[in-house]
Amino acid sequence: MSGYFDIPSDLQHSYLGLIGLHLREALIPVLAGLLLSLPVAQLCVRFRWLYPPVLGVTTVLYAIPSLAFFVVLIDYTGQSETTVMIPLAVYSLVVLVPAIVDGVRSVPQETLDAATAMGFGPVRRYLQVQLPIAVPAIIAGLRVATVSSISLVSVGMLIGNQGALGNLLNDANIYHRPELAVTSVVTTAALAILADAALALVRVVLTPWMPRKGATR
Amino acid sequence: MAVDRLSLEIPDRSITVLVGPSGCGKTTTLRMINRMIEPSEGTILLDGVDIQKQPVNTLRRSMGYVIQNAGLFQHRSIVDNIATVPRLLGWSKQRARERAAELMERVGLDSSLAKRYPYQLSGGQQQRVGVARALAADPPVLLMDEPFSAVDPVVRKGLQDELLRIQSELGKTIVFVTHDIDEAIKLGTMVAVMRTGGRLAQYAPPAELLTAPADAFVEDFLGADRGIRRLSFFPSGALELQTAPVVAQDADAAKIAARGSADVPYLLVTDLDGKPLGWGEPKDLKAGEITPERLLPYGRPFVHGSDSLRAALDGAVLSPTGWAVGVDDTGRVVGVVSQQTIGEAIRNAHAQGSGDDVRAAG
Ligand SMILES: Nc1ncnc2c1ncn2[C@@H]1O[C@H](COP(=O)(O)OP(=O)(O)OP(=O)(O)O)[C@@H](O)[C@H]1O
Ligand SMILES: [Mg+2]
Repeated sequence: MSGYFDIPSDLQHSYLGLIGLHLREALIPVLAGLLLSLPVAQLCVRFRWLYPPVLGVTTVLYAIPSLAFFVVLIDYTGQSETTVMIPLAVYSLVVLVPAIVDGVRSVPQETLDAATAMGFGPVRRYLQVQLPIAVPAIIAGLRVATVSSISLVSVGMLIGNQGALGNLLNDANIYHRPELAVTSVVTTAALAILADAALALVRVVLTPWMPRKGATR
Repeated sequence: MAVDRLSLEIPDRSITVLVGPSGCGKTTTLRMINRMIEPSEGTILLDGVDIQKQPVNTLRRSMGYVIQNAGLFQHRSIVDNIATVPRLLGWSKQRARERAAELMERVGLDSSLAKRYPYQLSGGQQQRVGVARALAADPPVLLMDEPFSAVDPVVRKGLQDELLRIQSELGKTIVFVTHDIDEAIKLGTMVAVMRTGGRLAQYAPPAELLTAPADAFVEDFLGADRGIRRLSFFPSGALELQTAPVVAQDADAAKIAARGSADVPYLLVTDLDGKPLGWGEPKDLKAGEITPERLLPYGRPFVHGSDSLRAALDGAVLSPTGWAVGVDDTGRVVGVVSQQTIGEAIRNAHAQGSGDDVRAAG
């Protein structure tokens, strides 16, 4: 009888190893999505007409099932982590682009005027005024994107055990060890909650200038 | 067209106020000065040089701009807000912060606020930060767009007094936009009254504006009581104060009897320090038993010399006896004056037309 946390050898990872793998497969796409969203969102702010079509495209991409992505990508990137991560990065755009656009647009006009009047050029104004003030909105978007990415990684099990903790679901079936499925689901949920809490903490640390909830003026 | 063929000569080292109804192009004019809006035709000269001739951000950094509602950077602490332009100009962080601390003191902000964020400040404090931020790099020109319109009248008066003090110390060239004619008259060395379409209705010193409005529009804009307001430009120093009706709280019966007369129906009682306590009829004042509670209120005293005839008249109107109390800087009574005497002084002042070239006395 194997121990509760003994992982079948076909996965070639310990329990902790799977957690590390899962986080990597979930977080790298969010990071990539963020790096892609920032310039896209800035273009949408700069050229208003661009925003509706961009939103349309991200929504359509989000509607494509990951399996369809895998079928296409597998010819290029094989049964690898990359094949799992590319769709996840694309999915994150649907949350991140609007979050950044709304955040940047929420900067009050008089704040922008003040910056211009003091001699900020457009780049400096974006980096030093608009982006910092958009941080709460961006992190709110990151929280949603991160949680959904963590839960979506599991589908990677479909392409040769690239689903990290999700692979346990498959093994639970093969080896008739239902507790593996429980471990998979509970651990994934715990990771999502912890990642969400960590981002909430990052937000508090990055924005000492926000009114605290319940604090009086 | 928001502003049409506006031509103004703005004097150095003084406050020029642009005033006019909402939407008449005041903000547009101000923004043309720092090139946030480019005029479709015409030029703006700064010290005789076209402002188009230098890089736009250099120009802007040489002009402090105070925006309505302060427009502070919500994500930066107070000290960093104030240090913004010095930092843009490449000052070290250390030096910029020292400068910011110095300015906080100058605009009357407690140094304990330095590390706070804008949301933790009151509206009045935020406006002070806005002014400090505009002054930070010591620009020769200050543009102010309705900087005090979002605060209550008491705070606004304090900020206005502060601005006049700062201006007398630093001698900046200030262009100040407001839609409040009283603010314009109080602050302006010159006042430009604008009408819709950005056209100039009148450009004159405030006293002249009140004395001789150019047309019905200006007259209407000045409001009903411009006669009374004009009194602000006549100093009270020429008023002859009477000292006979003033007695100290410990005066004896003989003295009280001697001071009262047909001309002097009431006596002003002061405490032993010379500060006013209230008015009483001579027959009601019993030597040694004078209690401040039984006296009539003395209204609001005016500072003889530095306050205006308007303040003196106000004091006389407020006092139930019809007499105003003149005090010195420390609040000690220097004499009293009746409404009749003030009325004569007003007639004399008008006759001499001296109001035209006298600066506001407060
Ligand atoms: N960015 C803009 N583009 C085009 N027209 C504008 C713009 N800003 C203002 N206007 C118009 O120009 C006119 C003058 O506006 P401006 O903001 O200068 O008025 P104002 O005198 O400052 O008024 P207020 O006292 O309400 O601030 C108005 O009719 C306004 O509608
Ligand atoms: Mg305006």
